[in-house]
Amino acid sequence: MGSKGVELTGAEIVVRFLRDEGVKYVFGYPGGAVLHIYDALYKQEEVQHILVRHEQGATHAADGYARATGKPGVALVTSGPGATNAVTGIATAYMDSIPLVVLTGQVPTHLIGNDAFQEVDSVGVTRPCVKHNFLVKDVRDLALILKKAFYIATTGRPGPVVVDIPKDVTAAKAKYVYPKEIQLRSYKPVTKGHIGQIKRAVKLLVQAERPMIYTGGGVILDGAAKPLTELTRLLGFPITNTLMGLGGYPGTDKQFLGMLGMHGTYEANMAMHHCDVLLAVGARFDDRVTGNVEKFCSKAKIIHVDIDPSSISKNVRVDVPIVGRVSDVLGEMIRIIKEKKLKPRREALAAWWRQIEEWRATECLKYQYSDEVIKPQYVLEQLYKVTRGNAFVTSDVGQHQMWAAQFYKFDKPNRWINSGGLGTMGFGLPAAMGVQFGHPRSTVVCVTGEGSIQMCIQELSTCLQYGLPIKIVNLNNRYLGMVRQWQEFFYQGRYAMSYMEALPDFVRLAESYGHVGMRIEKPADVVPALEEAMKLKKRLVFMDFITDQTENVYPMIPAGAGLNEMILV
Amino acid sequence: MRRIISLLLENEAGALSRVAGLFSARGYNIESLTVAPTEDPSLSRMTIVTHGSDEIIEQITKQLNKLIDVVKLQDLTEGAHIEREMLLIKVRAVDADREELMRLTDIFRGSIIDVTGQTFTIELTGTGEKLDAFIQAVDNELILETVRSGVTGIARGEKCLRV
Repeated sequence: MGSKGVELTGAEIVVRFLRDEGVKYVFGYPGGAVLHIYDALYKQEEVQHILVRHEQGATHAADGYARATGKPGVALVTSGPGATNAVTGIATAYMDSIPLVVLTGQVPTHLIGNDAFQEVDSVGVTRPCVKHNFLVKDVRDLALILKKAFYIATTGRPGPVVVDIPKDVTAAKAKYVYPKEIQLRSYKPVTKGHIGQIKRAVKLLVQAERPMIYTGGGVILDGAAKPLTELTRLLGFPITNTLMGLGGYPGTDKQFLGMLGMHGTYEANMAMHHCDVLLAVGARFDDRVTGNVEKFCSKAKIIHVDIDPSSISKNVRVDVPIVGRVSDVLGEMIRIIKEKKLKPRREALAAWWRQIEEWRATECLKYQYSDEVIKPQYVLEQLYKVTRGNAFVTSDVGQHQMWAAQFYKFDKPNRWINSGGLGTMGFGLPAAMGVQFGHPRSTVVCVTGEGSIQMCIQELSTCLQYGLPIKIVNLNNRYLGMVRQWQEFFYQGRYAMSYMEALPDFVRLAESYGHVGMRIEKPADVVPALEEAMKLKKRLVFMDFITDQTENVYPMIPAGAGLNEMILV
Repeated sequence: MRRIISLLLENEAGALSRVAGLFSARGYNIESLTVAPTEDPSLSRMTIVTHGSDEIIEQITKQLNKLIDVVKLQDLTEGAHIEREMLLIKVRAVDADREELMRLTDIFRGSIIDVTGQTFTIELTGTGEKLDAFIQAVDNELILETVRSGVTGIARGEKCLRV
């Protein structure tokens, strides 16, 4: 607003701001309302625009980039259908608390509300699935609003922020100065946990006889894997991760009991059910985790650490709530334990571990290997081995997602990228593109199924344009597997609309997009195919694994049951 | 339990719909909602009357606090407070009813603010219960139209909701 700064058009301000904010990639798709912004992008080289094939892909790609790098993802779409196509991706990011800034074009301000061509009330449409959103009415507010958007998206409990920019605002001129800092009187996220509460929590932990640690996506988002690992080892407690929290604690470690919840391991769910003190960190007691809340951890005192006060005591009443950044709170816990030389109860803990080992001995993830037909679990086991556990793995939604979570052991955070909250089919491939941009030299695998992959398959074209060497593992059982599984269990095998007829030839499809396609039908060919695909370092390889049609995901907790009421194989 | 929640929020387009949207999206009840700018034109003050169990009220206040536009929040029902609502009621007033309605208005400390040969318009302020009682007291056949403002409220004593 002041006299300082250079005079720029709104479109130039957008691009200059993105550069000054350190944004490297914008995933987007042009259209009438954003043409000025595209023109401004064209005239510079610092901010790279990635052209997707559908706006849903833009938001998922930005989301994948954010999940894998910890930096905010940025998407740019036009007004009307551009914005509505982006909504699924925005809602996906919202449910998983992913920092995203989505710029949507809007019709010129004088036409807003007139049912103009490609007009939709983007702020209204996105309101229920954003952390916050803005409509920019005056070019002089633009830079500050963009700064607010990035600040809100990345601090506190992260989330997507939409900035809706009318076309005339991108043409109008204003003085531009990059706003380095921002303060909002109505938004001051808490960072430090209450020290009294932390001390109470530590006391409960060291006195516990059957302790359990349960951690979620908050640990990944806050980069708190290190203090979590240190605290867990210091205490010698068993630990489980949610679907969103995998990689927060090393998946190959002895103290790790695997994932919990509906398709969690027997040992993790039983330990949850029987524990006497539960430390929940950056997790939100989702219904897929708790099962029946009446029966959830009924014997336990619960400590809950979360950045978002509204997550605490939302589904399950907790005894020691701690609002704060999980990295900060875990760090404080470690400090207190070390300073006071506190020791957990060794004998009780040894007995607890003996019990856990008994549960673990059921080997609940065991499956029947076959020489005849490819078991999906086998593909994931071998994928883990061939990639030495070092790949970034994205997934779509369904059985393959659960098997990937069960069989790929993540030792590091930010490597397991999936739509846990919203459960968005079509997420995997575009998310993998974002991951590959964030980590150009790493192996990025998209685990998917023949149902999910077809929901955003057009992005194979984007992968060709940018030379993204993603490895697609398609577990093709000719069924919408998770739907089929529920129909088998709960609808007496009436497989309504869960069979996928008229599938494309995925090999030729991949080839027509300029990629490498493989069809793998025999178990003996699984490993050679994976190895060959990984050797093709510069090519996208689409591996179409023809898998067992009737395989189910086990264990399973039926909806409404307690964590100790699992269906095992 | 019935609660009165007072909010200070940024006086910006869309702030009201964020609050209203939150209530409908999460299935919370709204009995009434009033809002107007404060002496500081950048802020609006909103009063929401809702009801729910303690757990639900806790979630409502947390979710409201989470909205970026909400600057400050107070649950008035947690302490001593004053609540007021205004009623405008238009009644058919002819013959003996005129005298009766004037008396009734006096008893309830209301005032007649518009008069025609056939009608009175009466203004009445008080708690919701008082307004209900007045409406009950007026012969139902005489009532032509009623409009209520919804509840506004403020804490008693030194306690203030301000930035």
